[in-house]
Order: sequence, then structure tokens, then C-alpha cells
Amino acid sequence: MTTVFGVPLPAILGQLTLGLVNGSFYALLSLGLAVIFGLLGIVNFAHGAFYMLGAFAAYIGLQAFGINYWFALLLAPMAVALLGIGVERLCLRHLYRLDPLYGLLLTFGIALIAEGVMRDQFGVSGKSYPVPELLRGVVDLGFMVLPIYRAWVVIASLVVCAATWFLIERTRLGATLRAATENAQLVQAFGINVPIIVMGTYGAGVALAALAGVLAAPVVQVSPLMGSSLVIVVFAVVVIGGMGSIVGAIVSGLSLGLIEGFTKVIYPEASNIVVFVIMALVLVWRPAGLFGKE
Amino acid sequence: MKIESLSLALGALLGIFAASQAIAASEQVVIGDIDDLSGVYADTGGLGAIEAVNMAIADSGGTALGKKIVLLSVDHQNKPDIGASKFREWADQNGLTLVLGGSNTGVSIAMSKVAAAKKVPFIAIGAGGSSLTGADCTPYTVHYVYDTTALANGTASVIVKNGGKSWFFITADYAFGTQLQDSATRVVLANGGKVLGSVRVPLGTTDYSSFLLQAQASGAQVLGLANAGTDFSNSLKGATEFGITKTMKPAALLAFLSDIHSLTLQTAQGLYLTTGFYWDLNAETREFSKRYFAKTKKEPTMDQAGYYSATMQYLKAVKAAGSTDSDKVMAELRKMKINDAFAKNGYIRADGLMIHEMYVMQVKTPAESKYPWDYYKVIKIMPGEEAFGTQPDPACPMIKK
Repeated sequence: MTTVFGVPLPAILGQLTLGLVNGSFYALLSLGLAVIFGLLGIVNFAHGAFYMLGAFAAYIGLQAFGINYWFALLLAPMAVALLGIGVERLCLRHLYRLDPLYGLLLTFGIALIAEGVMRDQFGVSGKSYPVPELLRGVVDLGFMVLPIYRAWVVIASLVVCAATWFLIERTRLGATLRAATENAQLVQAFGINVPIIVMGTYGAGVALAALAGVLAAPVVQVSPLMGSSLVIVVFAVVVIGGMGSIVGAIVSGLSLGLIEGFTKVIYPEASNIVVFVIMALVLVWRPAGLFGKE
Repeated sequence: MKIESLSLALGALLGIFAASQAIAASEQVVIGDIDDLSGVYADTGGLGAIEAVNMAIADSGGTALGKKIVLLSVDHQNKPDIGASKFREWADQNGLTLVLGGSNTGVSIAMSKVAAAKKVPFIAIGAGGSSLTGADCTPYTVHYVYDTTALANGTASVIVKNGGKSWFFITADYAFGTQLQDSATRVVLANGGKVLGSVRVPLGTTDYSSFLLQAQASGAQVLGLANAGTDFSNSLKGATEFGITKTMKPAALLAFLSDIHSLTLQTAQGLYLTTGFYWDLNAETREFSKRYFAKTKKEPTMDQAGYYSATMQYLKAVKAAGSTDSDKVMAELRKMKINDAFAKNGYIRADGLMIHEMYVMQVKTPAESKYPWDYYKVIKIMPGEEAFGTQPDPACPMIKK
């Protein structure tokens, strides 16, 4: 059998495929963070909490109202985005003129509150969310057996990432957004309502996190702690990609998923630190991140 | 001059305050609960355990030897330093007479060092590591609910004897996971089985798919899950999703009722596990659980039932000793036969391990489950000696050979 570093090739291919699945989650989450940071300059520490709330919104929707997975994909992000918009209106907007650290502290506090409330309601063991009927079963790729649902995660995530990139970098709306962050006063002078744009952007970033949560719900146990364990890694991904860079978030999210998958074959104990080692190296070599502007 | 007299007055005042606190403390029985109240193990002990201790205090009339019983509690956040320093603080300042809890073997080991230094009894509940009454034993540590040896002697031996000869372990990469894997490996080898491989996974991992593929590639018959809490749920959920449970038999080396409840029977059915308590075992367990359920809307896990029992036994020992003096109470505890809703034929061995019956269970299928929380069927009742071993652990320095 062909081997690479003493590991059979099928095993490597299998792990890389799984890495791609995880990378899709990283990409989707870091994309939302990058949008919020790049356009609003907010270090959104509540991102993991919104991801968790997205998963819980899907769970509650299914249990209480019988809303199936496909509607949850649409409705849960919208519900969580509304919550995010509330946070932006009531709290965050008062901090725009201050040091970014204040926004970080505020969102961190919100994350703790959200986690605490869900823990009180559902306990830490969390809940199970069933895989939707249509996506059950597995496909045999030759080198591994892949659950259809995981393949769907990769496709859905890539489509959403590409669409977000296109919206921000290639459309008139995106151009207005970027202009508003460059010079809010000037854009306002052209008759564009900048506060509404800012609010919408934050809501959209939050919706991306919640969407990732819905996608993750059938894969992992829906638990109040699911966000806090992920948000740190996702921040590392954003730092590696370059704070605020959309392309950087997508590319580094996917590639770090792959690298992590590879580490799980070579030396599994290191799988949860490899991302941070790479972050340290990148910060030394390119302090602004791989795709960041110096 | 003015400042000097002011500070003098303040000093005197503080002295009086401190003295009055010390008097207050000796007039109370102070029970400290140092446990995971917010992390991965918060559902197995956590707030439910505090409720159980409060039930025990109420059942004892709220006093012991005419002294008021006070319960302090803190979240150790799975950090050994927090567990140890809170223990030390309460011992120094609050007249602590007993500590309970310490879910997470790492935290419990740190806390047992403080128990020895401060001479305060520590009844470890929730942690699994058998080294607590082995290499890390102290004269003041009691390990109450279960340990890794008993879990392995239960689940692993039943599975090996039923034909599950070749194993692959997915292990939580810290003291508890590795001790659990070692104990299970010994049982598997002793019964003519073999271990084809294992992988150590960081605590709190959510995606187990890579490790599950490695397990599958090993060709082993049994997937040994040497982990707990959400680690266990996520690994089992992954195994089901990847269809691995069709070819390999999963073995939960530690699973709590709360885990099965959150996973649902659909995912957990058929699983073998070992527990020290099940709410639906007999009239006594049902009676206790009914009272507990009325307060928490959940059936108790073995840890929560263990908290109740440990508090009751401790208060009995205090009454028998006629004192809260640690050495006298420990001597009484070691003499006692423990028979209550939690433990059958229980006693505390020389190394501090509480020997009692353990139960190997199989999780029911959704069709077999007749009413809410009807999750387990009893496969085997293990007498204490079979579960925990007949001899004290020779690694414990207190045991003289």
C-alpha cells in the first residue's frame, strides 16, 4: 500500500476529507467574524455564542414548533440575527468611538450571559438534533465512507462563502459598505443611512454564525458549551488569514481544517494546538496575517 | 497621630471580628462542595448534587451534635489550582469539616493533597481515577461512587466474555482517560482479548470523526470509549453517524444517566455501561429518586445519589464520634456498614475506597422503554469485591505489606 510519512494513503485521504468538513465550519465562522471586524472594527467575541444559539434555535424550532431542518436553515439565522441586531442597537453602537477592547469585553460578557442562560435551561450535556431524512446514509468514496450530511456541509459552506465574498467585493451594495467603513461621513453626505448599514452588517455576520450552528447541529451534540470551544480556534483562523480579510478567512479556514486533519493522523495529541502554533509562526513572519494589509 | 489611632482601632476591630468568626465556625458543621458547576461534568454532579446534599442536611434535621450544618459550594471550573486553593481557604477561614465533590480526577488529586495537609476529610465523588486510593491516597480521602477499576471490571469484562475480544480505545488525554484505558486493557488481556490500538484525544474535542476512522481501520470488534460527559456523547454520536456502530460494538467505559438522557435512546440503545446507582433499581432507590425528581425535574445520576449518601453517612459518623474532629470521624466512617438508597453492603477499605455493589447495565431500545427515564436493564449485579478488587491497592503508601 502506498504510504506517506508511514501512514497509508487511504487513511491520509480520509483525514483530509474530514479536515475539509471541519475547515468548512471554520471558514463559515471566521467569515462572519472577518465581515464584522473588517467592516465595523468590532472584535466579536460573542460569535461562538451566536453559533451555539443558532444550533439551539434549530433544536427548539424542531421540538416546539415542528420546524424542519430546511426551514431552520433559513429561520434560525434570521431569529439569531434579530437578537444580534438588538445587541448592536442597544449596546455595541455606543462603543464605536472607543478602543476596540471595549467591544471585545462587551461581546465576551454577552457570550457568557448567553451560555449561562442556555446552561440553566438545557444543562451542559445538551440535546441531540437528528440528521434530516434526505441527507441520511453514507457514500463510499473508495478510501473512506463519508456520511452524506458531511458532504452537504462542505457544499453548503462553500456556496455561502462564495456568495458572501461576491456580495461584498463585487456588488454595488458591497461597494457602499466598504465605502461606509472607509469614510462614514462622506458616504452619509451622499444620502446613505450609515447606521442602518452598520446594523445590517452586524446582523449578517451574526446570521453567518447562526447558520454554521444549524449546519453543525446534526453533527455534534447541541450544547451550551459548543461555541466557546470553537470560538478561540476561529479567532486564530481569522488572525492567520488577516483580520478583516474575507478571502483570508475563507482560505485559511479551509486550509487549517486540512492541516488539523493531517495532524490527527500524525500526532493526534497535538490536534488542538496545531492551529495556534501556525498562528504564532504567521504572526512572527507576517504580523498582519497571510492576506492582511500591512 | 490621628491615623495611628485610627489604624489601631481598626486593627482591634478586625481582631474581634476574626475571633468571633472562629467561634462561629466551631459551632457549625461546615460542608464544602467543590465541583464542576458549569463545565463538561456539570450535569453529572453540579447543581443537582448541591440539591442532594441539601436533602441530606434536611433529612438530618439541619443540625448535628446540636450544631448547625452549613453548606458552602464553589465551581472549580475543572482547574486543579482553583479546587485546591478554595479547599485551603475554607479550611483556614471557615472551619471546614468536610469536603465533597471534585469531579475531574486532576482536580481531585490536587484536592486530596490539601485534605492531607489540612487534615479535613475529603469524600471524592465524580472523579474516576483509581489512583485517588492508590498512589495518591491519603488518610483523609474517601473515594465514594465508582473508580476506573470498577468501570473496567464491569463493562469491559462483560463485553469480552460476550465475544468482544479485540478492542480499540478512544481515550480522553488526561489522568482519568489514561487510567480508565489502563484498567480496561488489563481486564481485556486477562480475559483472553487483545487491544489493537488506541488514540488519545484532547479533552473537549467536538469532532471525533478522524479518530473514529482510525478505530474502524484497526478492524477491532469493540470501540472502547475511555472518556466522559460531552466527549462521550460526541464520540458516540459520531460513531453512529459514520455507521461504525454497525460493524463495531461501542463500549461506554463511563456514561451517566444524564448522558443517555441527552443522547436519547435512539442513539444510545444497546450500549453497555457500568454504574453505581440507578434510580429504578428497587423501592428504596425509587423513593429517594422520587423526592429528588420533585426538586430538580430530573432523575439523579450515580454521583448525585452518591452526594446524598456520603453526606448522610458523614453526619452519622459525626454523631457516633460525638465530635467533628477529623480523625475521630474518619475512624467512625471506616467502621461503618453502608446500606442506604445509594449503596448496598458498602464499607470503606483501608486505602479509602468505598466498596459497594456496582451494576452492569444495557441501554434499552426505544421500544423497550415503557415510561420516562426508563433507560437501563440490569445485565449483572457485581458484588463490591468483584468490582473494586479484594485487596487494597499496594501502590497506596498507607498500606503496609
